[in-house]
Amino acid sequence: MTLLTVKDLKTHLHLRRGVVKAVNGVSFTVAAGETLGLIGESGSGKTMTGLSLLGLLPQPVGRIVDGSINLLGRELTDLDQATYATEIRGKEIAMISQDPMTSLNPVFSIGNQVAAPIKRHGYDAEHTALELATEELRRVRVPSAEVRVRDFPHQFSGGMRQRVVAAMATSCRPKMLIADEPTSALDVTIQVQLMDLLDQLQDEFGIGLLFITHDLGVAASLCDRVAVMYAGSVVESAPVAELYAAPAHPYTRGLLASVPKLSGAKKRNKERLYSIPGTPPDPLHLPEGCAFAPRCELATDQCRSESPPLVKIAGREIACFEVS
Amino acid sequence: MHPLLKLDDIKCHFPSKSGLVRAVDGVSLEVTAGETFALVGESGCGKSTLAKTILGLAPKTAGQIEFAGKPLIFDKSFRQRAQVVFQDPYSSLNPRLKVSVILSEPLWANKTAHGLNRQQIKRRVAEVLELVGLPPTAGSLYPHEFSGGQRQRIAIARALILDPELIILDEPISALDVSIRAQILNLLQDIQDELNITYLLIAHDLALVQHASDRVAVMYLGRIVETGPTEEIFANPRHPYTQALLSAVPAPDPTVIRNSSLIQGDVGSALSPPTGCHFHPRCPHKLAKCDQEQPHYVKQGQANLSCWLYD
Repeated sequence: MTLLTVKDLKTHLHLRRGVVKAVNGVSFTVAAGETLGLIGESGSGKTMTGLSLLGLLPQPVGRIVDGSINLLGRELTDLDQATYATEIRGKEIAMISQDPMTSLNPVFSIGNQVAAPIKRHGYDAEHTALELATEELRRVRVPSAEVRVRDFPHQFSGGMRQRVVAAMATSCRPKMLIADEPTSALDVTIQVQLMDLLDQLQDEFGIGLLFITHDLGVAASLCDRVAVMYAGSVVESAPVAELYAAPAHPYTRGLLASVPKLSGAKKRNKERLYSIPGTPPDPLHLPEGCAFAPRCELATDQCRSESPPLVKIAGREIACFEVS
Repeated sequence: MHPLLKLDDIKCHFPSKSGLVRAVDGVSLEVTAGETFALVGESGCGKSTLAKTILGLAPKTAGQIEFAGKPLIFDKSFRQRAQVVFQDPYSSLNPRLKVSVILSEPLWANKTAHGLNRQQIKRRVAEVLELVGLPPTAGSLYPHEFSGGQRQRIAIARALILDPELIILDEPISALDVSIRAQILNLLQDIQDELNITYLLIAHDLALVQHASDRVAVMYLGRIVETGPTEEIFANPRHPYTQALLSAVPAPDPTVIRNSSLIQGDVGSALSPPTGCHFHPRCPHKLAKCDQEQPHYVKQGQANLSCWLYD
């Protein structure tokens, strides 16, 4: 069942220096229980896509200028801020952000913060909000939750804080969860624990997960499908196994080839890595045509003048003239 | 042949309001000239503090450091022979100085500029710019006119200008965009091949360490738990922490099924490290004496490790 359909979304940031086309025509769908990975470098627009879905664009510069976001038949781009806050955010779509050190308020207790969305969006009269919050903390396996619920964020480690944030996000049983680099600030041994937890929450509640990351390893081990973003657009999207086995877009190919891979077998180290030439474009001055063309070995005159549309080929979508 | 850098039981303890922080707690290692030696571990394991201790940026509280066979003193000659590249090229370059000034500053600071005329300094700046793949015109620009990857090239050029023997690379690529990392990694390799510089690489990314280093030391809470040739450590990790660390790295390959975590819990605190082996509260193979006594180092194959399982 398709939960979320994003179609040709365009989000612009109107800065004094000019207009940044942060999201420049992005389309994807997320089904219930599915994990879609949104992969890209910094500045590729993946975070702005997430914020657009949550109605949390930086004000007053950020605006959705075109496209549609459809959650279970309801169009979200038409909603005003107040409706977003009472009916969507935290209730239908929730978020886990990157940095657990700054996403919790240091002056409120953990229980208070986990109970906040529960209070806001309503709960049954049999329990107090704090009891429900404790239950949620137990669900994300915070040890001795009934005691820790009175503690403050600084008394928690990074991994535990991220668990608390996950408890807050899922406390109102949202349909969609947006996780923006939730593991990037964590150490690898803690990262695995959080990925296990996300899997568990998703199984329990059938949540559709939009997982934003720049880490190809994390995306491979968690996602069902992956959409690769470059300079505000999706350049390729495919089921995860297909994308990693046979990346088609030149950018995806380059990205996968340029990452050192851990291997158990003895191998000659210090081989040269493939590296994509050049640097990502300045978001204020995107090149004409395909944004990747200046760095692409296959680029033709057509690539430099027209932007390639995202077309479906054999179970995947790709935006490239040369490959399709 | 002497090792270029030899550490013997280095300790670096900081007093703090809540007690003594044992950031580095007895580290011994030897770095051979021309190799890349990697220090790897999770945040808070003391790898960066150890690097600062070697550079004299953090005071060591105990232990001996030898550099090129002699006890280390932090004089001008050492400053010239050992340089550092920091993680974040957005904060390591002075935004108010032109690149040519940033690059020639080490020459002035170390008095090697004396006897060089303006032309020669300019030529040296152009030389190192070329070495890191930037055009000579870059010298007349300011840091904000460059991208992250280019800034890191400038930081590398600044480390190279004094012709050092040792460069400490503290997470040199982790602040950069994914598609830029390979460029900088290849550049560092080319420079090492050309100039035969020794690298002490500090990183938390195990795939990077496997790719770029000859030997590796795995640190946990201020101590080295296992050290040896990179090939051997990655092919056959023996210490339970090394095993857990390696199995936790997600492979960029969806056909590999994720290992559920071998170890639970968090990295302990350097304020009150566990007794005995620092890793024992998280260790799946804990023995009775692990929380009593610190294991000594034993040789297994080509690796040296500190674990009672192998005693």
